[in-house]
Amino acid sequence: MSTIALNTSSAIGNAAAADAGAPVRIAVRNLNFYYGDFRSLKDISLDFYDRQVTALIGPSGCGKSTLLRTFNRIYSLYPEQRADGQILLDGQNVLSPSIDVNELRARVGMVFQKPTPFPMSIYDNIAFGIKLYERLPKSELDGRIEEALRKAALWDEAKDKLRQSGMSLSGGQQQRLCIARTIAQRPEVILLDEPTSALDPISTGKIEELIEQLRSEFTIVIVTHNMQQAARISQFTAFMYLGELVEFGPTTKMFMNPTKKQTQDYITGRFG
Amino acid sequence: MVALSQERLVSSADAPARRSTPPSFDRLFRLSSLGSALLVLIVLLGIIGAMIYGGLPAFREFGFGFITSSVWNVNEDQYGAWVAIVGTLSTALIALVIGVPLSLGIAIFLTQLCPPWLKRPVATTIELLAAVPSIIYGMWGLFVFAPLFANYVQIPVSNIVEGMPIVGTILYARTPSGVGILTAGIILAIMIIPFIASIARDILDQIPSVLRESAYGIGCTTWEVVRNVLLPQAGVSIIGAVMLGLGRALGETMAVTFVVGNANRLSGSLFDPGSTIASRIANEFNEAIGLQLNALMALGCILFLVTFTVLVLARLLVARVKVG
Repeated sequence: MSTIALNTSSAIGNAAAADAGAPVRIAVRNLNFYYGDFRSLKDISLDFYDRQVTALIGPSGCGKSTLLRTFNRIYSLYPEQRADGQILLDGQNVLSPSIDVNELRARVGMVFQKPTPFPMSIYDNIAFGIKLYERLPKSELDGRIEEALRKAALWDEAKDKLRQSGMSLSGGQQQRLCIARTIAQRPEVILLDEPTSALDPISTGKIEELIEQLRSEFTIVIVTHNMQQAARISQFTAFMYLGELVEFGPTTKMFMNPTKKQTQDYITGRFG
Repeated sequence: MVALSQERLVSSADAPARRSTPPSFDRLFRLSSLGSALLVLIVLLGIIGAMIYGGLPAFREFGFGFITSSVWNVNEDQYGAWVAIVGTLSTALIALVIGVPLSLGIAIFLTQLCPPWLKRPVATTIELLAAVPSIIYGMWGLFVFAPLFANYVQIPVSNIVEGMPIVGTILYARTPSGVGILTAGIILAIMIIPFIASIARDILDQIPSVLRESAYGIGCTTWEVVRNVLLPQAGVSIIGAVMLGLGRALGETMAVTFVVGNANRLSGSLFDPGSTIASRIANEFNEAIGLQLNALMALGCILFLVTFTVLVLARLLVARVKVG
């Protein structure tokens, strides 16, 4: 117990402290989620703060990815999945049938476990998402693409091969390309679903640094299996177990001094 | 428990290892399965050899002119393959033009849009379409489809386009009988749809769902996901699926023989009867003798060469996605 606890607490110093005064960006109220008849999220209520990184942690199957997937309604691709309750993004319920899901998904970007470059050039991978919603002259489009690649810390590596296929990049570069693609659309929220689980430690480190920088512009929600990662990069942490929210609070408090015994047991590696 | 397992040990030690099959059987088994595999190769080589041997006299008699000549005159023993080659290629092309978009539509519907309860019925129907014997398509095409096609398509269209440049030739029926190159192409399209659709469905199913989700995740509509991400990702394998359909369309015999009209005439009109290599062979082979028989064998060689090339290309293209 003690070594893990020591590691996590020493890692906490890296991330900026939680900004308690940040306004609420996403408010989840009484959210339930069903895979067919199985209820996999139970009455979740939770706030996500503007320009803060919130980490969702918990053992496999606890519902953290499911929760993430409700924010952009990507679950609705599967007819047997449904959600009820409210997810208020800037006060607007994204679960309401009147919401245009395509527009919602441009506002709430998502990065997945595995890098998913589209079968097109590096340039087009980013241009494609922008062109869906904006008509820009070529020079402005080029500028947006450079900006996105710079923010994703990929510009130096990719600037000479923008016309090459996105598949030609390494795994870590591909994942940064996916992040660049997401931020190029200028979303309000970025959802990261275990974005480093398929990457080596060096690539993971780069992505973590990147997340820290992106926080100044975007509200970020990240699902992670890696407790140290949650401790390193997040300001708030939510611990979930069996579809329920067990505890939520500033990351420092969650890791140093959790209120619930379950949280402490998980963080110190007694189960999970 | 312990006593039992000990007892077993003892008894197995008593009896020497008794095998149910003697080693000589295993050798026999290995040889016979090798033989089965070799047999296919021998049959294939035998067919190729026989075709070339049978066709050689015609190639020798007419030389390269056998391919480019459009004369097919049994009385004067003059034979040329051009009309049949053009007929084969044009019916197959029509089949692709009609069949490929429909097949892709089916595959996309099944993998992306179809509600789960409808998936099985639609997929089964498509598979049943492949199970219909080609003679049935031929009969249906000749007795049901052709008359309707003549009445409701050939005659009205011919009346409209008569005298117009280009379309007045391509879509004008001198004798609106319903049979002809276009009819054969349409029947072929129906026949190749199940093949292309089911392979294209498998290919689309193999694309990881996370790629599809990330395309939807940046706000793409279904059309944009399919057009810009899924189809390019499937890429060359889709072309492979199309080639497999093409291979079938080129070699299909019975149905085409019923509805193509079997005329040895080059016509600019899609409504006019023509023939394909396969239909020509099916029609004449029974009564052919001498040089005519050699000419039909030579036609067979050409068809074999074309379909073999198409199939090899198709295999290569389909295989590429599974690796990549």
